[in-house]
Parts: sequence; C-alpha cells; structure tokens
Amino acid sequence: MAQQEKDPAKERQTDRSLTMSRAMVEAIAHEMRADDDVFYMGEDVADYGGIFDSTEGLLEEFGHDRIMDVPISETAYIGAAVGAAQAGMRPIAELMFVDFFGVGMDQIYNQMAKNTYMSGGSVSVPMVLTAAVGGTYNDAAQHSQTLYGTFAHLPGMKVVVPSTAYDAKGLMHNAIRDDDPVVYMFHKRLMGIGWLPAPDGPKTPVPEDEYTIPFGSADVKREGSDVTVVTLGLHVHRALEAADELADDGIDVEVVDLRTLVPLDTDTVRDSVAKTGRLVVVDEDYRSFGVTGEIVAQVAEAEDGLADLEAVERVAVPDVPLPYARPMENEVVPDAEDITDAVRAARGDE
Amino acid sequence: MYEAMVTARRYEERLQEEYLEGKQPAFDISAGPIPGELHLAAGHEASGAGVCQHLRDDDTVTAPHRPHHIAVAKGVDLKRMTAEIFGRETGLSKGKGGHMHLFDPDVNFACSGIIAEGCPPAVGAGLAAKKRNTDSVAVAFLGEGAIDQGAFLESLNLAAVQDLPVVFVVEDNDWAISMPKDRVTDVENGARRADGFDMPGTRVDADDAVAVYEAAREAIGRARDRNGPSLLEVQVHRRMGHFMGDPQAYRSDEDKAAAQQRDSIDRLESDLRAHGVDDETIDELRSSAKERVEEAIEWAKEQPEPEPADAHEDVFTNPPSGVTDGEPNVAKTETGGDD
Repeated sequence: MAQQEKDPAKERQTDRSLTMSRAMVEAIAHEMRADDDVFYMGEDVADYGGIFDSTEGLLEEFGHDRIMDVPISETAYIGAAVGAAQAGMRPIAELMFVDFFGVGMDQIYNQMAKNTYMSGGSVSVPMVLTAAVGGTYNDAAQHSQTLYGTFAHLPGMKVVVPSTAYDAKGLMHNAIRDDDPVVYMFHKRLMGIGWLPAPDGPKTPVPEDEYTIPFGSADVKREGSDVTVVTLGLHVHRALEAADELADDGIDVEVVDLRTLVPLDTDTVRDSVAKTGRLVVVDEDYRSFGVTGEIVAQVAEAEDGLADLEAVERVAVPDVPLPYARPMENEVVPDAEDITDAVRAARGDE
Repeated sequence: MYEAMVTARRYEERLQEEYLEGKQPAFDISAGPIPGELHLAAGHEASGAGVCQHLRDDDTVTAPHRPHHIAVAKGVDLKRMTAEIFGRETGLSKGKGGHMHLFDPDVNFACSGIIAEGCPPAVGAGLAAKKRNTDSVAVAFLGEGAIDQGAFLESLNLAAVQDLPVVFVVEDNDWAISMPKDRVTDVENGARRADGFDMPGTRVDADDAVAVYEAAREAIGRARDRNGPSLLEVQVHRRMGHFMGDPQAYRSDEDKAAAQQRDSIDRLESDLRAHGVDDETIDELRSSAKERVEEAIEWAKEQPEPEPADAHEDVFTNPPSGVTDGEPNVAKTETGGDD
C-alpha cells in the first residue's frame, strides 16, 4: 500500500512562501491550463472565490464556464460531477462545509465511491471532491466537524488531508490527475484567510513548478526518539507546538503527518513506533470508530507490532457534537496541552 | 406587527455592535464577545412579522440560519436567545447551539444552520397535528437560495400528498451568499414551485408587511382549516453581507444601495401614519422595543459562561451509563446513569 517514492521536489530551494489556499489554487490553475476537461463547480466558488479562498482568483482566468457557481443543491451538482467524470471529464466539486455532506451523501458514497467497483472496473470516476473541515472558531455542530473517519471508512474514495502549503499543492496535482474519486479535505484554520487567522506552520515555501506528492506517503514533520505522535491537518501544528514544549524537558517527540488517510501509510507509522515504542494518535474527529482507533489497530496488527508498543494514548474529540460556546469547544477540540499531557502519559511520567 | 419589526431591527443593530467589538480592526471571526458566524436579517422583517402574527405558541416554526427576526416575531424568549448568542450557560441551548441553532420548545421554535433542512421537520410537525387531530399548523421559513434543495421539494410533495397543515415561506432577498438569484434559477417567481405539487403558491412583492400579513392569513387559515399546505414567497432585501465580515465584493454598489432604500419598516410606518397613527404612538413603540432589546443584551452579558465539562452533557436524553463523563461508548460499572 505505502508508496515510498522519494518526493522529488522536496529538496528544491525556493524563497517563495504561500498560504495553503494560494498553493491549492496554484495547482488547480495549472491543471486547468493543462487540460480543458478540468473544471470546478460549487457554491460561491466563482465571484466570491470560495468562502475559504479555495478558488480565489480562478474566475478571472477561466471564466464562469469553468469556474461554475451552482445552485445550492449538493445532490445535483456533486452527482453531476460524478456523471461528468464518468463521461471522461475531470471535475472538481466543492462541498462548502464537510458538515453539509449529508445533503448530498448518496451521490458521494453510493455513486462517486462505488461506481468503479459495481461496474466491475469498467467505469472510472476521476473527480475531486473538496471540502472545508474543522472547528476552532465557535461555529457549532453543523459547521465545525472534520469527519475524516466517515469518508475514510467508506470504501472507494481516496482521502487527502494536507497540513502545509507545500503538501497542499503537491497533493492537489495528484488528486486532479488521479483516475479515482479523491476527497480533498482542507482545514479552514490552515488556509490563511483574512478573517480566520492561521498559525505560522502552514505557510511554507512552495516551488512554482508543478510537483506531485504520492498518496500514501506520510511525512515525518519532526524526528524524535521518545514518542511517536501520529496526526493530520491542523493538529500537525498543534503536535509540533507540543513537541517544542516537551523538548525543553528533554522529551524527544517524532511527529508523523499522515497526509492521506486512503491510502494510509502504515509503514511509516510502524517504523516510527518501532523506533520510539510509544504511540500517541491525535485527531480532530470523533474518538470512537475513527482515525485514532484505526492507527492503533494498524500498529498492533503489524508483525511484532504489539511487542513494539510500550504505550498508547489517543487524543480526539470525545463523542459529542461540537459545542458553540468557547469554554466548551476548547474542552472538546484537542490543543497542544492535551497532546503534551498524552505524550507524558505515554512515557509514564504521570 | 410594527413592534415585532422594529424590535427585530433594533435587536440586530445591537448584535452587530456587540459582535464587532474585539473583532476590529483586522476582522477575526473568532474574537470578541459573540463567537462564531453571525447572519443578520436586516431587511427581512416583513416576512417574520407578517406571518407570525397569525401563529399561536402551539404552532411550529422552523427557521434557517438567519433566524432572529422570525424568532422575535414568534415570541422566542429574547433574553435567553441573546444569552445563547453570547454563548452563555443560561442561553436557550446552554451555549451549545449558538445563533444558527436556536431552540425554544415553549413556543415551538427551532432552527437549522443548513438550508432547507428545516422543511422536513416542519412537515413532521404538521403530520403530528394531523394525527393528533389538533388545529395547530407548522411554518417552514427558508431563503430563495434554498428552493433548489431536495429537502424543500421533497417536503412540498410530502405535505401535499398528505394534506398537511404546513406553510412554506420563502424569503427572497435575491442573494444566496454571492450567487445572484438569476444565476441559480430560471424561475423568477419562486411561488410557482407550488404548481408542481398542486398547492397554492403566492408571491408578495415590495417588502409590504401588510400584504404579507394578508397572504399569510389566507395560507395559515387554509392550513388550520385542514385544507392542506401552501407556499408563500416574500420579497425582502438583504441590507447587509451574507454574514458579518462578508466583504460583498461580488455585489454592485447599486444593488447594495437599492437594498437600503426599499425598507419594509419605513413602508409600514408610512402606512400607519396614513391610517392616522400619531408620532407619539410610533415613538412609544420604538422606544419600548429599544428598552426590551437593551434589557435582553445587558442580562445576557451578565450571564455566566458554561463550564468546559458541560460540553459532555446532553448528547442523549437518556444517556447510557458512562457516556456523560467524557468517556464515550465505555460502559462503566462503577457509575450509574441518571436513572
């Protein structure tokens, strides 16, 4: 499953830093120039440029025919993307908030995800479904979920979750070129939007040239020898913050950024755990039946996996819908302190 | 009706002031005393007031993500609604729902932050009324941007085929965030959607609260008399951005100015004056509305924030043992549930 190809562009030098949204848009624009079959449709993606800047500036270059504002009708337009993809085009459809998935979910998981299989492989669905995920700005339970686990749980969709501008661009190139449906989940807090300030981490150097990042290649964002923290999206940055703090106490944390959930790079995770012996999985999705449980299971199932594991901790949103008021949202969404505590617990410090 | 409209307008002016505090100069949506998104309804007052005048507490209303004017008109507890918007413990939803998710069972009011998704529950309330043989009715409010959603169209059909006492009220403000109406529908008169379901459809133009009142009287009367559902579309105007912080770069200055000029409150006030209502009465209504709003805001600001641990409560009405203490799906033998 895991592709261990060397990431060819990673070593390239560039002084140019972009926000995550600019990096995503750059990849989309490149693919649209290269292939007339690529088009983008969604709510407020044209004149507005995407509520989360996911299509900012594309209308000016490509016009309303290829950057399409659509009626608020997720079933119709996501299903239309499925149909266009099956007809050989390469649509990108945006689900504004992932929480709205319920409105069009039949087209997502019964059509987009399953048609390749149900057709015995005779039909391809080369589309990208983008969706904004995540809380941390008090928007309550219908606008704040991540739902990584929901999409990764249902077979037939590749699931991408970038945490930096560099990764966002490379993964987007891949997503559009992939012959399968790809769900590309971007965290609002990472995009670099004016009204929703991002932490420092996601804005990174980004080469101007095209480059791809293979799906199924987790990235070790920080090397360490004491504890492995496996995470994704916004929580990569919170884990790095925790790791910096723990380093002051002489605790050396390795941070593994999964980057894609389907395919899942279990080798990188297992190698790291074999090195550190301690696993902390951090997720902004609900705890039960989700990413944290899956990662622990994958490690445990490895040859000698249980022998490698000295300690396991999970940090995730408890199984409650995201509350609105700040004290309660802060309580359920993991922060750096929660991760620090979990790392210490895995070491038996407390 | 005028009182409900000026109360709603004043309420939103004050919410706007409070919301912007701490978010300026560089607008940060997660800063300040009111968290999260805020969608204001200035320019929508005629529909909430004109419709809800005909409703009783036992009638159900479902509102969309722009709910305040409807809530005010339906008689939702203003203090507790405000506390909810400020994210306080004594808010309608104990701080869990926020401004898009207001629930006041005392007057059968509920909201959804996802458009058109209040329609099916309104149909359900109508179904309950029919099964229980009462004369209560249900009203689902939605924006014109929502009338392309399956949930709306399926609800019209189910309400029609079951002859349910439901009125669908479409507030047409010409905009779905940045998408102008003419780019997302070829049907200028949204009330014509009713034709496909063999139910009456009426459109009221020009922000005319009195005309809304008359049209709603007929639709709600028809529902109460068990003559089935209706669709009512009301022309309103969006005087603000879609949400606070929306730069509205997609919208022309002419359109913004036009929305400011056509105001249902001014119009109703002229009508009242033409019918002999004097300045003193109008001033009294306005100042009592202001007072009520100020009282609610001051009260809300004094309320405590919820405890962090409260986040774990209310997932279930009848929680399984162990679920309410933050350790979900782990049955604990040493602690019992509430019962």
